[in-house]
Amino acid sequence: MTVRVLAFARLRELLGFHERRLALGDGATIDDVWTALASDARPLADLRPSTRFARNGALAPGTTPLDDGDEIALLPPLGGG
Amino acid sequence: MTRDVIRLTAEPLDAEALVDALRSDAHGAVVTFLGTTRETSPGDPRRVVALEYEAYDAMALAEMQTIAREARERYGPVEIAMVHRTGRVDLGEPSVAVVVAAAHRGAAFDACRYAIDALKARVPVWKREVYRDGDAAWVANAPS
Repeated sequence: MTVRVLAFARLRELLGFHERRLALGDGATIDDVWTALASDARPLADLRPSTRFARNGALAPGTTPLDDGDEIALLPPLGGG
Repeated sequence: MTRDVIRLTAEPLDAEALVDALRSDAHGAVVTFLGTTRETSPGDPRRVVALEYEAYDAMALAEMQTIAREARERYGPVEIAMVHRTGRVDLGEPSVAVVVAAAHRGAAFDACRYAIDALKARVPVWKREVYRDGDAAWVANAPS
């Protein structure tokens, strides 16, 4: 399957993209998205505890299984206001 | 049917226009909160010259709609404007406006406080402080 990954703020800068497509095996979860991206960007490891995820616009835990075409957003700690 | 105004914008905020958009003869109170760019952060001596905001637009707008609905469930029939800036916001300029119109001041104050607190905790927006020396850093809100 292929998902669309959105990265914001500090994560966008560290990963070097705002949006990209990512191919994953069947049964992949949000955690697998993180693992695939973190293998290319070492500084990411320390940020896992502070990162939250959204699947198709709604917060979702790392264990959430994915469907083809999902939009997965990587959300660093918020700073609005 | 409400006249809520929920928006992200790269343009300067116009609080007066939001007040005008919500004001009606049914309302006895309009409360406006403006969050403005501050020169220093707690515990950081560096002088801030601007903030830069980035949003996950679709989710941010949906979350602000949800917060407006929750405010009505808690405080009754209020009308709410929540507008957040994106892009660069210079020192002293507002980055967020929350305007609440209600029949009485109690509900207007309470709903306004609820909305800005919930926005800071839940709406996917990020801020980068730009310092006088040209350095910059992403800054997270304190946990509420």
